[in-house]
Amino acid sequence: MKHIASLLLGMLVGVILFGLVLVYNPFVTDRGLSPLSVTDAQVISLNYSVVPAESIVFTNDGESMHDPHPAKVLQLWEAPIRQTSAMVSLLHDARSRVAGVGVKVSSLSESSRLFNGDAIVDSVWYIFLPGNGSMFIQQTENYWPFLQNVAFPAWRSSANSWRGRWLGNLTAGPGALGTAPASGSSGRFAGLEMEAVESLSVDAFSSDHGFISAEGRLLIALPESAAGSAAN
Amino acid sequence: MIRTFILGILLGVLAAAGALYAFPAVDQERAASIVTVAPNGGNVESFHINIPMDRVMTGRQGEGVPVPPGLNWPQDEVLANVRTEMFKIRNARDSVVGVAVRTAARLDGETVIDWMLHLPARGSLFVNMEAVPRENGFRLGRIRSGSREFAPLSGMMGERWVANDSDDEDAPLGRIELRTTYVGELQEPDLPADADVEGYDQ
Repeated sequence: MKHIASLLLGMLVGVILFGLVLVYNPFVTDRGLSPLSVTDAQVISLNYSVVPAESIVFTNDGESMHDPHPAKVLQLWEAPIRQTSAMVSLLHDARSRVAGVGVKVSSLSESSRLFNGDAIVDSVWYIFLPGNGSMFIQQTENYWPFLQNVAFPAWRSSANSWRGRWLGNLTAGPGALGTAPASGSSGRFAGLEMEAVESLSVDAFSSDHGFISAEGRLLIALPESAAGSAAN
Repeated sequence: MIRTFILGILLGVLAAAGALYAFPAVDQERAASIVTVAPNGGNVESFHINIPMDRVMTGRQGEGVPVPPGLNWPQDEVLANVRTEMFKIRNARDSVVGVAVRTAARLDGETVIDWMLHLPARGSLFVNMEAVPRENGFRLGRIRSGSREFAPLSGMMGERWVANDSDDEDAPLGRIELRTTYVGELQEPDLPADADVEGYDQ
């Protein structure tokens, strides 16, 4: 009997140890600066709020951490789209002026491998900037650094919340340098192939209600020819 | 007993690792694709949107009844000529398989109409439509970009409104049909010049 109890206790400790190694895996490191933050190319910077209640519309399956907004929006409850969320948001330029509207649709990815530090979300953006044009951005995002540095500490705290300052890149590909391809379709962006990186800045997070104070940013690097023509 | 405890730790670690391997963190439900071969080359896949039940959002300034209720569409002047809609999209079996976004706007005096289709288990499509609809009321567009399964493909997509002719009380008002034609990336198709497009000429 003692041996069985000892074995079970050992297994419990083993599972906890595995969980700790998973969360604090020393071999998983943050990618650091995005290549677009040090590029010489002309960069468009767009900011938006990631707090669902501050978006124009946010919807998901209705059972996730973030509540849909407005409350009566159609929810994505059908099985093929249950792990998908969609957000329509006002985009602001670097001077906080309204620049346009953006729609982000995200789905949890089957390529997630938690042991490798990959909490992957496949997402796409449609962006329309009046006066400039429209574009499409497709990316794989890795939320592991966010989970490790913000979500897990929030879950562990007695108040189920986290306050501080965390800034990290979400875009992890599919570009080799961790950038996302962006395709322009109209206006100044028509026919352009660009690169983009999305980052997240979090000030407050609750493991019950999600983002309380947080902002997203998209950096979009224009190709040289387009930047030149824009300058002219 | 210490040995048993240590053995238990090893078994616990192995069991947790095995469970993580055996049960993937994410398992997307995938509806079987319904793709047919087009007689003039390429593959055809059709989607549709039942109106109004699949409409998630209609964002436009001056919209009478907001969808969804409580929508506060920005009144900023820069968005005066922008209409953004979001829908659930269905496959040929009438099952919801994804989310679509349609934006119509005026830009420098020209009409811009873009579609973004997102099928969670497969990828996304981005289509730039013609500004002017064809004679039969349908509109064609070129697949401008795609992700994952759709990344290597080019092709075109047609949209048209089909009004409902059923007397059924629960029937939709009509549906938006989206008909995509995929071809390989090296075969960038020219959009047909006339209305003689397979499937849209009836």
